[in-house]
Amino acid sequence: MSAELYYKSASELSGLLDRKEISSVELTQSVIDRTKAVDDLVQAFNSFDEENALAQAEESDARRKRGESLGSLDGIPVGIKDVLAVKDQPLTCSSKILADFVSPYDATCIQKLKRSGAVLWGRLNMDEFAMGSSTENSATKITGNPWKLDCIPGGSSGGSAAAVSAGEAIVSLGSDTGGSIRQPASHCGIVGLKPTYGRVSRYGLAAFASSLDQVGPMGRTVWDTAALLQSISGHDPNDSTSYRIDVPDYVQAIEQLKGRKWTFGLPKEYFENAEDTASMGPVKEAIEFYKSLGCEIKEVSLPHTAYAVATYYIVATAEASSNLARYDGIRYTHRAESFDAKDSVDIYRQSRAEGFGNEVKRRVLLGTYVLSSGYYDAYYLKAQKTRTLIRRDFEEAFRDVDALLTPTAPSPAFKRGAHSGDPLSMYLSDIYTISANLAGIPGLSVPCGYVDGLPVGLQILGKPFKEDEILAMGNEFESAHNFKNEHPSL
Amino acid sequence: MEYEAVIGLEVHVQIKTESKIFSGSRSGYGYEPNTLVDPVVLGLPGSLPVMNKTALDGIIKAGLALNCTIPDYCKWDRKNYFYPDSPNNYQITQYDQPICDGGFVEIEMKGETRAVMGSHRKVALTRIHLENDVGKLNHFAEDSLVDYNRAFTPLMEIVSEPDMHSGAEAFAFLTAIRQTMIYCGISDCDMEKGQMRADANISVRPVGQKELGAKIELKNLNSITGVKNGIEYEIKRQTQELKKGRTMTQATWRWDADLGRTELMREKEDAHDYRYFPDPDLMPVRIDDEWRERIRCEIPELPFDKQRRFMEQYEIPYSITSVLVPDWELSEYFESAAKKAPKCAQAIGNYVTNDLLRELSESNTALSECKISPDGLLSLVEVIEKGVITKQIAKDVFIEMFNTGESATEVIERKGLKPDFDEGQVKDWCQEAVDENPRPVEDFRSGNEKALNALLGQVMKKSRGKANPQIVQGLLKELLS
Repeated sequence: MSAELYYKSASELSGLLDRKEISSVELTQSVIDRTKAVDDLVQAFNSFDEENALAQAEESDARRKRGESLGSLDGIPVGIKDVLAVKDQPLTCSSKILADFVSPYDATCIQKLKRSGAVLWGRLNMDEFAMGSSTENSATKITGNPWKLDCIPGGSSGGSAAAVSAGEAIVSLGSDTGGSIRQPASHCGIVGLKPTYGRVSRYGLAAFASSLDQVGPMGRTVWDTAALLQSISGHDPNDSTSYRIDVPDYVQAIEQLKGRKWTFGLPKEYFENAEDTASMGPVKEAIEFYKSLGCEIKEVSLPHTAYAVATYYIVATAEASSNLARYDGIRYTHRAESFDAKDSVDIYRQSRAEGFGNEVKRRVLLGTYVLSSGYYDAYYLKAQKTRTLIRRDFEEAFRDVDALLTPTAPSPAFKRGAHSGDPLSMYLSDIYTISANLAGIPGLSVPCGYVDGLPVGLQILGKPFKEDEILAMGNEFESAHNFKNEHPSL
Repeated sequence: MEYEAVIGLEVHVQIKTESKIFSGSRSGYGYEPNTLVDPVVLGLPGSLPVMNKTALDGIIKAGLALNCTIPDYCKWDRKNYFYPDSPNNYQITQYDQPICDGGFVEIEMKGETRAVMGSHRKVALTRIHLENDVGKLNHFAEDSLVDYNRAFTPLMEIVSEPDMHSGAEAFAFLTAIRQTMIYCGISDCDMEKGQMRADANISVRPVGQKELGAKIELKNLNSITGVKNGIEYEIKRQTQELKKGRTMTQATWRWDADLGRTELMREKEDAHDYRYFPDPDLMPVRIDDEWRERIRCEIPELPFDKQRRFMEQYEIPYSITSVLVPDWELSEYFESAAKKAPKCAQAIGNYVTNDLLRELSESNTALSECKISPDGLLSLVEVIEKGVITKQIAKDVFIEMFNTGESATEVIERKGLKPDFDEGQVKDWCQEAVDENPRPVEDFRSGNEKALNALLGQVMKKSRGKANPQIVQGLLKELLS
């Protein structure tokens, strides 16, 4: 039995653990063995610490033995995107500039996970500083899509998605600035949720774009995703942008909201070029499924959709140019060796030139440009205004519907290198996910079928702080299909 | 051609708070390097700033004390520039919506003499905003090290309008700000500890010209006197340049206090583009009337108001108030004695500003540790007023009180300083003095009033200094009339 433990869901595993049919050490060992067996192919992990994970598992077992289980995540191995601070563990953001950095503190969501008894497992690969949609921008390694190794896993949380898909973690944490949880979840055939901005503390999440970033859960089932969201959500005095609003019981909500006749909106702008959208087939079938349940489907309009990508790349790069300034070669970051630094400016120039990859440099330059004097009004200020219009589009749409159904990504995972050298075409792969970050609303991606043998996700966009609703909607689809039990053959 | 200088000051004042402006890390001075730090102060990946409300209270208080408007809304912006003392390579500050708008500082110029109050005027403020302080660079032969203890200390920037015209006005401006901050408990404004720092913008133009001359920013002004000297030097330098027919260009200069001159730091071309934008990590601040009023109630009577009141209410001279008032503790000490015996206020003022300050300074004691309470001082003044002891003896009694903490009566009892004779005895001594000293008696009678002093001295000698000189003088005059 133990051989297959790594592909069981957290909900099933926590039952096995509670009934003492398995131990967390057994489970963790199974995940470690699986990782050792397949990660040479998948390359999802930047690093992992077996002993440390097993030590956490032993503590979990001891707690359960004392009858002090901390809940459904106690003893469950959770993979961590290499962008979240875990005390005494490396925090590289898949960048050369942080190659040797070890965090002296825990992110708030990590502290919360620790309080849930989860076994923190490994550091998962990503696009450098979460900038990218394919994980190809990692300075560490290239992660493969477990379903087809020469395809990308999506990004930026590519490692988090691939690891869960390949059974190298039961669930994982990612971060989503423009689709970085939902798009790789879609590409790897798993569930991923971007919470409402402010739902999960950003303290300890190395910032890419502060007003867009959210930490979120990824799992093989909606239930697992809900349980992980439960654990990390809530107001944090260390993050002024986290909301003071109660956290509902997401797992319970899935059950309670079962059978509800929802009203769904289909943004017409997202379906205009349906014939060019490779992922549209399974998405349309999913829409039919909801219809068959008696849900109402309506067309809605998000008139400013066309401006979303441009708006996003101004706001995100502006914030990034400032957020990444701290990586300067002075204190804890990579410092260029063997040169004659005349002053600190030389240290900055050479260390950053060596430490950052091309995509990061491109965005820092772009962000610096849009904030510079004389251009601020034309770019940054205008983008902020457009952002308000995009947010209003959603407010307007949500007057009539409970949630929106869209594809998560325009196509299934593409071949490695397909978009390299053409950043703009890469940016367009986030076209369905970006607006949710600009509007701050939650979004869920659930597997809904295959195109050319590669998984495709359905995106459900919800009202602010209505993660419980979109999880219930996703669960409805998931329980009527068998996708959660279909795994890539590795 | 006559020239005039136009001066604006940018004054940075650290707000005294337990913890830092955007982190829970402790604030302080004089600790081991890099011990007052946490992930926020060090700018570690993932760290986020969180506003310290006490720092907001501090700047609102400063703004109200300096007559600013406190708008309902203010926000935080990032000022982007690379420097090793800046943990994030951006400073969190307030760009276009500061917490305090406008306002003015009442200043006093030097009077003709120390006994005369100088002229007062108002210097207009542009704004006051709040930002985080940066770390401190220490340069050594081979390398430079950074101490981040100071980083993220709450720092106010008080910006004046170009509304001053001399080093002396700048001196008075800084002195007034410093006293106000100390009175309000906002900052100790110790410039040596970097709690107050000032940069000056100085331009010189021909009298009568409307436009301002080229702005020279003057840095490294490390004391209030340094500000005055630096500005005076710079005005002289710029005026001479203009008189030679040269044109000034905008630049930053540095004051070298040791050499007593200024030197060029950088030209305008090197100016930064700070790429200000709203900080997405911090929420804007809304300030309502309740908040403003709560802080307004905490503002004590301000120095110039107190000085005017002391002069009026206690009828004490300017020269005493100008010693008392700049020191909040000392003025409170004075008043707690003076309000119980307003008639003795002048005597109390004299004791406080002369004897008390002298003893404190000689024994290197802080006023808070002084053994003489205001009531104790009052008891001493009262025994003098009642004529129990002479002023001469009182000086010794005061020193005893200062050293032992005894009351005036206790010292007088213990040392037997109280007169052990009655008025009849004094009269007898006066008669004896008149009888024994015909020469001064004759002089006095022929119109030389001063001759009485010789007789007075004799009587004092007979009484071993304990007789009351005023009474003795009266008795002598009676005998000689």
